[in-house]
Amino acid sequence: MIWNKEAECMSNGEKEELQLKLLKEVVKRAYENVPYYKNRFDKLNIKPEDIKTLKDIEKLPFTTKTDLRDSYPFGMFAVPEEEIIEVHTSSGTTGKPTVSGYTQKDLEIWGEVMGRALTMAGAGKKDKIQNCYGYGLFTGGLGVHYGTQTIGATVIPISAGNTQRQIEIMQDFQTSIITCTPSYALYLAEVLEKNGVDIKDLNLKAGVFGAEMWTEEMRKAIEDRLGLSALNIYGLTEIIGPGVAQECEIKNGLHIFEDHFYPEIIDPKTQETLGEGEKGELVLTTLTRDGMPILRFRTKDITGLQKEKCDCGRTQVRMDRITGRTDDMLKIRGVIVFPSQIEKALLKIEGLHPQYQIIVTRPKHLDELEVQVEASPTLFSDEVKHVEEVKKMIESYIHSEIGLRVNISLVEPESLPRSEGKAVRVIDKRNFD
Amino acid sequence: MKLKQISIFLENKEGRLKKAISILSQNNINIRALSIADTSEFGILRLIVPEPEKAQKKLEENNFVVKVNEVIAVEVPDQPGGLDSILSILYDSQINVEYLYAFVEKNEDKAIVVIKTENIDEGIAALEKSNINIMSAEDVNKL
Repeated sequence: MIWNKEAECMSNGEKEELQLKLLKEVVKRAYENVPYYKNRFDKLNIKPEDIKTLKDIEKLPFTTKTDLRDSYPFGMFAVPEEEIIEVHTSSGTTGKPTVSGYTQKDLEIWGEVMGRALTMAGAGKKDKIQNCYGYGLFTGGLGVHYGTQTIGATVIPISAGNTQRQIEIMQDFQTSIITCTPSYALYLAEVLEKNGVDIKDLNLKAGVFGAEMWTEEMRKAIEDRLGLSALNIYGLTEIIGPGVAQECEIKNGLHIFEDHFYPEIIDPKTQETLGEGEKGELVLTTLTRDGMPILRFRTKDITGLQKEKCDCGRTQVRMDRITGRTDDMLKIRGVIVFPSQIEKALLKIEGLHPQYQIIVTRPKHLDELEVQVEASPTLFSDEVKHVEEVKKMIESYIHSEIGLRVNISLVEPESLPRSEGKAVRVIDKRNFD
Repeated sequence: MKLKQISIFLENKEGRLKKAISILSQNNINIRALSIADTSEFGILRLIVPEPEKAQKKLEENNFVVKVNEVIAVEVPDQPGGLDSILSILYDSQINVEYLYAFVEKNEDKAIVVIKTENIDEGIAALEKSNINIMSAEDVNKL
C-alpha cells in the first residue's frame, strides 16, 4: 500500500523540479526570517538567489547540532512565536537539548510523512497500532500518533515502559502493529517468552522500529521471536522527528520522503559531497517546514543513497540502514569500530541473547575492549574448559568482524541494563585529558 | 547408574554464591555434595541435590543459568588408597577424568566420590567391570 502515490511515485524529473522550487523557497525563508542564517549567508557572501540548480545547495553552509544549541531555545524559529503550536526537544544526552518548533502546517507535514511510513508497514484503518514510543518532549510518541491519525488507524497511546501492561494490552486488544525501539522489541520478546505467551495467540503483523541503530541480524531475531515483519524507521528531532524515512516491505533501504527532506551524503572529514551509493554522513535540508527551516543539517549518521526505482513502486531515494554515527564511532588502538559491528557478530551466535555492553578502558596506554554478554543455558556448561571455549568462540566472531581482539565477560542473565528507550551500549572509561 | 548434578553459573561478583545457596535453603533443598570451579572471571558451582529439577527451576526463576548433567558417584573405603584404586581403574581403561570431588559419609567408613569422565557410559562400564559399586540417586539421597 502506498499512502500518497502522487508524491511517493513521481518521476525523477518532476521530483527534481519540485525540490528545486521548494529549495529556493526554504532558503529564502530561512535567510529572511532566521538571523542565524542571515549572518552565515552574509559572511559567506551568499544570497538566496544563488540557488539556481539543486547542485547549488553545496554552496550553502552546514548547520550542526552545536549551531542549534547556540540558538537554544527558540533562536532558529522562522515564524513569530505565536504561530508555533508545539515544541519538542532532543534527549539532550550529549549536552543542552535541541528544540524543534512546529506550526500547524508543520504538524500536518509530520502527520503526512508518518502516515506514509505507517502505510509502508502495512497499516490501514483496521489496524491497531500500539505506540510504545515515549510520549512527551521526545518526538517518537507524538510523531507516530499523528501518523495514525492521518491514516485513520486506531492508535493505542500506551507510551514507553510498563512491559507487563504492554503485553496484556497486546493480548487483549489484539494489537496488529507495534512501534518502539528495536532493543525494546527484543526485550518485549524476552518477557513474552518468560510469561509463556505463544506468539500465535497475538495478532502482531508488523513493527516499526527506530530511534537507535540496529542490524539485519537483529531484525531476524525480532522477526523470529515476535512473529512479525520488522521495519526500520528513521528520523531526528532537528528535522521533524520520526518520519524522515521508512523502510518498505522490500526491506532494501529506507525511502526518504524527498518532497519534504532533501538528502545529501558528504565525506565527514573533507565535507565534500559524495556520489550515489558511497557511504558517508547524511546531510538533510527541510524543504517544506515553516516553523524551523533547517539547511544542510549534519546528522552524524553514516549511510549511502540508492536512487534506482524500488520494487515496491516508489521512486523516492532509499538510504541504507545506518551503520554508525560519526560520534559513536569508537577508535580502539587506531581502528574504527562501531557498536553495530559487535552486535552483528554476537547475533551470529546461536543461543546468545543480543543484549551486550561494550566497555572501553585504557589501562596502560593501550585501549582494551571488553564486551559483556549474558550467559545462557546454551553457552554454559559444567566444565570450565567448555565455558572458556565459548568465550573464545565469541571472541573470534568479533575478531573477524572488527579485526581486533576483545575480552569477553559472561555476566548473569538480565544483569545488563535493558532500556525502554535507547539502549546504552558503550561505556568509554578512557581518560583523554 | 548415572547421577544428576546441577551446575550454576556464578558471575565473579559479591554475594552470588550466597544468593544461589540461599535460594536452595529457602526451598528446603538439602545439598548432598558440592564443589566450586573458579576462574578469575567466573565460577561454576556444582551440586548434588535430592531434587535437581526443582532446584533448577527455583534457581532459574531467580535468573541463574543452570545446567543439569550426569556424573558418576561411587563409594570408596575411607582409607589411604581408596581414591587411588578408583583412579587406577579409569587410568587402566584410558578414560579421562574431567573433574571429581569427594565427601565423607557420616556414619560409615566410606567416602563418596563424584566423577565426571569424558564419556560417562565408558566410565561406568569400566568401574562396573571392576566390581565397584556405583551409587544411584536413591543411595545418595539416603545419606
